[in-house]
Amino acid sequence: MHEWALAEAVIATAQQIAEKEKLKEVKDVTVKVGELQQVEKEILLFALSQLKPPSFKNTKFHLTKSKATLKCRACGNTWVFSKRKLSPDEAEAIHFVPEVAHTYIKCPKCGSPDFEIVKGRGIWLENIRGLK
Amino acid sequence: MVDPRTTIISDRLRAITRIIAVSSGKGGVGKSMVATTLALSLARRGCSVGLFDLDFTSPSTHLILGAEKAQPKEDKGIIPPEVKGLIYMSLIYYSRDRAAPLRGADVSNALIELLSVTQWGKLDYMIIDMPPGIGDVVLDLLRLVKRIEFLIVTTPSLLAFETVKKQTMLLKDLKVPVIGVLENMKMNKSEGIERETKRLGLKYLGEIPFDPRVEDAIGDEKKLFRTMIAKKIQEIILTKNIIDN
Repeated sequence: MHEWALAEAVIATAQQIAEKEKLKEVKDVTVKVGELQQVEKEILLFALSQLKPPSFKNTKFHLTKSKATLKCRACGNTWVFSKRKLSPDEAEAIHFVPEVAHTYIKCPKCGSPDFEIVKGRGIWLENIRGLK
Repeated sequence: MVDPRTTIISDRLRAITRIIAVSSGKGGVGKSMVATTLALSLARRGCSVGLFDLDFTSPSTHLILGAEKAQPKEDKGIIPPEVKGLIYMSLIYYSRDRAAPLRGADVSNALIELLSVTQWGKLDYMIIDMPPGIGDVVLDLLRLVKRIEFLIVTTPSLLAFETVKKQTMLLKDLKVPVIGVLENMKMNKSEGIERETKRLGLKYLGEIPFDPRVEDAIGDEKKLFRTMIAKKIQEIILTKNIIDN
């Protein structure tokens, strides 16, 4: 239930934004979920629904998926993350701290661990919509 | 798009009374040994203590503690295990015995991730083993952990102290509390570091003589507490009342 901790962060941030924008009621919150972290969508949605404050009573949470794209800094190769080549332990380690991808993943072209996570790392609050 | 993680960090650290970063300008001054021994010493006095290894690319506190088999649990976040009476957190649980070659942005992201999902609970102290220098981890902690205090470790070498000067200047400019400077691995009588520390307007906490038994005490708490490093750290905590609340 590591997703629960991430959900708490989403709710706290959404509340902060709602207060700043003087929203009386929050209608929609869109969260972008990067594939690298392999977040369990159902657990995240469940946690978000359980953690709703009163002003979020009628809020719908939408999750959008972002493919994890990695780019090698050594040779410039770009590739898409796939957990199929990882052992369950390695995939789980990346789930908790995506940066340990640098420990377990190498550029498929040149073998370097020096790559950039271009997109699809963790979770992002993409959009919040409500009534003023 | 907003990164939601930083919003929750102050909540995660709310029940921790004091957060002390054990830091140095240079590597190899015995910072990890001091941080671990300080944490263990406070725990032996009945305090609840967390030890957080933030030296991501060269972690070593797990070896000092003999914590190689420890693993965190998952329950609404990450629950660090108790090791030798300390609540112990390290990236090593995830990178294991493999290298973690991280660039600056990755270091920041890993730090923010761990700060936002680790459930520390109520602690009297969190002791942080910092990476050397004034890089990403220092800057991120100054930004994200407003109550942080620094304890600086140096060796008698003026080369090590030169970096301490720069580090403390930065901390002073940012009005970050510095508990004081601890002179580690002292081999000869000299007052140079004490004099220079006072010249910077900082408290000189004391000296720890070089003790060759420290190497043999790695992974063995009983042996560690027979070394000068443990004796002196306890002396500083007990008699000088510097760390105690």
